[in-house]
Amino acid sequence: MFDLVEPAGEAVSKVRKHIPDSPLRRFVTNFVESKVAVGALGVFMLIFLAAIFSSVISPQNPYDLKQLNILNNHLPPGAKGMTGMTYWLGTDDQGRDMLSGILYGLRTSMFVALLSAFIALIIGGTAGLLGAYTGGRLDTLMMRAVDLQLGFPAILIALILLALFGKGVDKIIIALIVTQWAYYARTVRGSALVEKNKEYMEAAAGLALSPLRIVFRHLLPNCIPPLIVVVTMRVAYAISLEATLSFLGIGLPVTEPSLGLLISNGSEYLLSGKHWVSFFPGLALLITIVSINLVGDHLRDILNPRLQR
Amino acid sequence: MQSIVILVVISVLVFLGIFAVGNPVDILISPNATQQERDQVIRSFGLDRPLWEQYLNFLIQAFQGDLGRSYVFNEPALRLILKRMPATIELAAGAMIIAVLMGIPMGILAGWKPQSAVARCIMTSSILGFSLPTFWIGLMLIMVFAVMLGWLPASGRGQTVNLLGMPVSFLTRDGLAHMLMPALNLALFKWSLTIRLTRAGVREVLLMDYIKFAYAKGLSGTRVLLVHVLKNTLIPIITVLGIELGNVIAFAVVTETIFAWPGMGKLLIDSIAVLDRPIIVAYLMIVVTMFIMINLIVDILYSVLDPRIQLGGAS
Repeated sequence: MFDLVEPAGEAVSKVRKHIPDSPLRRFVTNFVESKVAVGALGVFMLIFLAAIFSSVISPQNPYDLKQLNILNNHLPPGAKGMTGMTYWLGTDDQGRDMLSGILYGLRTSMFVALLSAFIALIIGGTAGLLGAYTGGRLDTLMMRAVDLQLGFPAILIALILLALFGKGVDKIIIALIVTQWAYYARTVRGSALVEKNKEYMEAAAGLALSPLRIVFRHLLPNCIPPLIVVVTMRVAYAISLEATLSFLGIGLPVTEPSLGLLISNGSEYLLSGKHWVSFFPGLALLITIVSINLVGDHLRDILNPRLQR
Repeated sequence: MQSIVILVVISVLVFLGIFAVGNPVDILISPNATQQERDQVIRSFGLDRPLWEQYLNFLIQAFQGDLGRSYVFNEPALRLILKRMPATIELAAGAMIIAVLMGIPMGILAGWKPQSAVARCIMTSSILGFSLPTFWIGLMLIMVFAVMLGWLPASGRGQTVNLLGMPVSFLTRDGLAHMLMPALNLALFKWSLTIRLTRAGVREVLLMDYIKFAYAKGLSGTRVLLVHVLKNTLIPIITVLGIELGNVIAFAVVTETIFAWPGMGKLLIDSIAVLDRPIIVAYLMIVVTMFIMINLIVDILYSVLDPRIQLGGAS
């Protein structure tokens, strides 16, 4: 991808004028070309910051029972409560401000999705790199496991794990790691197999560098571009999957409400026309996932070697 | 052969998993029972035997079609699931039909003139289709069409008719009305997938020499598109959709829960809630078997459709 082999002769001076020579700068230039992707990234950063600072910017702490008043239950969006506070997105059955609930829920959803993606990335990435680099029986065995696992839908695997082990933050993180690692392993292995036969790898081996150094300092950085795309798409999927599992009542416990749980909670009141209790958390979920996917879609376009200009 | 290995591996994993989680005796016996009573129950379940022997027993019984009895319904787990299976398959089939009938024409349109406004519109909505959380869309469908407009029923299967001894919904008006929303909801993801697959295939095939040749022969644009292009894009679509059929059955768990559709996915969720382990295990074994069979059929279909591909070691 970031092939730094210099073109020979006159072409060099010509090319240098137009294309910034650092791979990172080239990447950034390509990325800002799409206004949609930049906008989506902006939206995602906003959501991310809102999730991190949810305890600061929320109008109330939705899980501090002292701040709740049951008489404020099921207020429609924009209504004023008993204490004069305005509930912009309405309240739920406990008289809880939906906006605050959503911000806290976002924090839980993001935490679970990002942490599981990070751990799965480390496990899957290491497995894929070592498999591609060493080859042999270990590689075959691992790829069998990956194929076997990818043959089944992620939701089924997560369902089974959670059915066996019960619900909880740690358990859903484990379930998400198990469903994700195979994608990372396959992606890294695929690009590592290609990179492995390039000249710089031969040069590194010729310098008698230690295998560990070759794998992590030389091989790994060149496998990153396709991985970035997979990570963005998988994080979006992890958020969605966690919400789905929590909605089904087998994901996060009631004490750690994520967006999925808020939606599930609201779905009980849907038939009586109190739509806001499940509509707004779902909207927050939707905006989060769409923004990540739009960024990922554009990343795929600019990082795809086949489409590289 | 490989599928049998997979089945055995899965059964070992499930079996060990169940054992790692806890002792079924703790759930079944009241805490007040004496040690003697406990021992008796443990022996009657064969739980005092070594693990491999228990596993062997489980396997032998599974081959005889006995996957255990449900703790809650006190009926064989296998029969309970098979009773619910037609509803799930009907829903999955409905979803696949919607996905194919809507997705392929839209995909062709998007691939035919990729720069046109219609194509862009279709592609943007397909990204949305990928991103939308299925369960939330289901709820919103209920909100709009059942609560606000009151056009469609929100839950259940409606009136059913017996077809070959199995109750089906799609033959009655009421049943169809009940099926429409869940099927649409379940179809959404596959619909987007079909659009993308078809579009990619159409764009690829359009560049081929035989398409230019077909034009050179003086064939009309519609004929080239519907015969020459479509035929050559269908193979990958059929393969992927075949594999996705298993996915739809797994995802039916979510849709069935939202729309209270009495399929086996809803049974699974209900069983998880009350820790009815035999049902969970039986569901898993049945679904895995279905997956393996679907993959096998797709492989065979693939080699039938595309004569360049041969199965096995035939040289």
